[in-house]
Amino acid sequence: MLTIYINDLELEVEEGSTILEASEKIGIKIPTICFHDRLTPPGLCRQCVVEVEGARVLMPSCITKVREGMKIKTDSERVVRARRTILEMLSSSTDLSESPDLLEQMKIYKAEDGRFENSSKRNFKVKDDNPFYMRDYSKCILCERCVQVCSADIQFSYALTTAGRGYNNRITTFFDRKLPETSCVFCGNCVAVCPTGALIASNEFNVKALGEK
Amino acid sequence: MEYDKKIRTTCPYCGVGCQIELNIKNEKIVSTVAPESAAPNFGRLCVKGRYGTDFTHHSSRLKTPLIRKDIGGELRKPVGIDGFREASWEEALDLASIRIAETFKKSGGDAFGTFCCAKATNEDNYIFQKFARSTLKTNNVDHCARLCHAASVAGLQKALGSSAMSNSIAEMKDLEVFIVTGSNTTETHPVISTFLREAVVKNGAKLIVIDPRKTEMTNFAVLHLQHRPGTDVALFQAMANIIVKEKLFNTDFINSRTEGFDSYSKSLDKFTPEWAETITGVPSDDIKEAARIYANAGAAAVYWGMGISQSVHGTDNTMSIANLALLCGHLGRPGTGVNPLRGQNNVQGCSDTGGLPAIYPGYQNVNDQESKLKFERAWKTDLNGNPGLTVLEMSDAAGSGQITDFIILGENPLMSEPDLNAARHHFSNLKNVIMIDIFFNESAEYADIIFPAASFAEKDGTFTNSDRRVQLIRPAFDPPGEARVDWKIIQELALRVESRLDRNESSGFEFSSASEIWDEMAELVPAFGGISHSRLETEGGVHWPCPDMNHPGTPYLFTDTFPRGRGLFNVLELRMDSEQPTPEYPYILSTGRVLYHWHGGTMTRRSVLDKIYPKALMEINPEDAHRDGFENGQTVTVSSLRGSVSVEVKISDRSPKGVVFIPIHFSETIVNELTNDLRDPVAKIPDSKISAVKIERTIMN
Repeated sequence: MLTIYINDLELEVEEGSTILEASEKIGIKIPTICFHDRLTPPGLCRQCVVEVEGARVLMPSCITKVREGMKIKTDSERVVRARRTILEMLSSSTDLSESPDLLEQMKIYKAEDGRFENSSKRNFKVKDDNPFYMRDYSKCILCERCVQVCSADIQFSYALTTAGRGYNNRITTFFDRKLPETSCVFCGNCVAVCPTGALIASNEFNVKALGEK
Repeated sequence: MEYDKKIRTTCPYCGVGCQIELNIKNEKIVSTVAPESAAPNFGRLCVKGRYGTDFTHHSSRLKTPLIRKDIGGELRKPVGIDGFREASWEEALDLASIRIAETFKKSGGDAFGTFCCAKATNEDNYIFQKFARSTLKTNNVDHCARLCHAASVAGLQKALGSSAMSNSIAEMKDLEVFIVTGSNTTETHPVISTFLREAVVKNGAKLIVIDPRKTEMTNFAVLHLQHRPGTDVALFQAMANIIVKEKLFNTDFINSRTEGFDSYSKSLDKFTPEWAETITGVPSDDIKEAARIYANAGAAAVYWGMGISQSVHGTDNTMSIANLALLCGHLGRPGTGVNPLRGQNNVQGCSDTGGLPAIYPGYQNVNDQESKLKFERAWKTDLNGNPGLTVLEMSDAAGSGQITDFIILGENPLMSEPDLNAARHHFSNLKNVIMIDIFFNESAEYADIIFPAASFAEKDGTFTNSDRRVQLIRPAFDPPGEARVDWKIIQELALRVESRLDRNESSGFEFSSASEIWDEMAELVPAFGGISHSRLETEGGVHWPCPDMNHPGTPYLFTDTFPRGRGLFNVLELRMDSEQPTPEYPYILSTGRVLYHWHGGTMTRRSVLDKIYPKALMEINPEDAHRDGFENGQTVTVSSLRGSVSVEVKISDRSPKGVVFIPIHFSETIVNELTNDLRDPVAKIPDSKISAVKIERTIMN
């Protein structure tokens, strides 16, 4: 067991735990976006960052293991500013209208939708290439949960992958093939973990479209 | 999106028994998700569970009782749904009970053949077999497990005295060594296949695939033994030969838990790997390697499907696997076991609840005096102590006139039986056919009266999955039109027949809920004693045996003993009884499932699933296709001695040379026109995986 301090609270935690796990134990909620408890934490989105005394940068709590005597602040001003900025950057580039969790976080952190004046939201045509689910990558925040589920975390089908760099970074299939031409078996396990509605069951999409008319 | 409600229930497809949540809006399923904390699937689903439940809303659902327009006519001809008229429940139930009572008075109970349903609930099946046994006094009760795992059941009964999957799905991700044989797991049990692949990728488990087809699981295997169809016994016996020769067996286990080792080990002398190579086509070094990997493992499991069971040698195939497990002591611990993967949502439960000709619920023999007395007391009537006929024997008996009436719950024999030309001939000989179903299927064309039933999403009750886990299903909306819950239909019918037969005392059909039916059964079946609907409501699922309310259930069997006492080694001989290719019929036809469809296709062909796989494709090896001039997408005629079908070619090295594969789901290409009604002598299961066929280009007019 190690002794650590979270927001000045002393606690004993098992060696090997992450800061996120340690915080959850004492009921301190750290917001996450890409983290999913059945998947390998990718440490991508940085929304779960915390301030660790002595560390130069903010540390992603989902992949940072606790160390003896570690002093952690989960909601310092610096942390809050970082989280707000992450949300503002996401919302400047992505349609978050189907991401209830992210919209809630924007409220909590007082993030402004239009903070970056010259930004433009990424806009893709909805991919509707199979009978089961659609891919609306205008809503994708690149958390890569779907890629993880499809490959070595759950399904072992290896149909989805990432491609491109920077602003052009995107989720796709190998060689951008249509899903029925890939190793996809349409289990929909990717749809189940998508946090933003970028992946949606076609039937649900259609029922919704009808309802909105 | 906002849903009106979310209904937690059990997937209606394969035997994995995935827990699902139906998102309901306006009395329709909008989407399906899986709760991440619930066994056995822990949030995982496959395409059928995730998207394939839309069949429940299909426009062709039966909504009123139907009566054949020419009912009572001399010759029974197949008619489409236009050959039927709609009727009231009152009229249809009355007419059915009159016809059933007439037969009973004239010819006695054994003039009935009754089919339980591996898709219906335990409660539906219990009341159905109770009706057959107590009201109609017949044990002619069987279901499609006869065409599926009958040989696994027979083989494991002989070797161990139990017939279910020995270990649980929850153990799979932690496996060390495992064999998958005769199972295209990624397509037939997709969610189980994810746990098996997880064992390989994350746990470093060694997988050995033993299969004539190069299934997707071979991508994850250290060894693929691609044996010739029908040579399973030779292969497993040769593995045993090496294990004995190199003394890799588990002496302690053999001494304390088994019998028959001496005669068995002596019998293995002639089954050398070199000899097996000539029979199976598998290099002897691979056979030796597989034997050593399996025997040297701390824990090793075997999983199998129809490739082992649907065979004229199915019982022997199963016993040859059980022999291996007994030799190495790979039983009774986590990560070991003999594990037939069940194909239907409730095929385990349908057998457990007495849907078999020789047993009452809970595998209590009908010809055992004590069991018979117990059920006679419970059902307040005398019972028939003679084991009844199996599915195919009932079909034969219809052909010979010994059986005149069929009562069929949710099954579709005229898709699933082998040699359908013969089966249809048998059906046309019947005098009375009563069916209960949610759709008008191929067998319904021969029915007199059809009752519209409820789908899995419209009733409550329980399914028992492949690892013996009893789980609840719950209603999400009402059945369409006037359709009724299955057990209520059987209840009405049973009460009416009882009264027409002037029974002094009813055997007891006055149930007011599915949970009451379960409770009656649990009192009669010791292994279910500790399971009730209310317990399942709190715990999610319980693995039988579970004798009392304080018992936690049994995820893996045989810890200390086998139901027959000691595990029995069975001396086996190689038999080669399958139909062999000839110059005129040079190919071996193998049949099976594909990912997007399920069995006779009654449900999946009426689902969005049909859009991605709308027609049958025949897999043929590239060398064969090249030599005989077949191209992808070309339509060919495939014929056996018994019939012919038309099908599209798909060139694929999944099929070994000389073997073609056609799926079983398509009524436009009914592969059972071709299959052979050659039966395993013990299990009475047909040889569905091997028929000699020829392939000709279809001449287009």
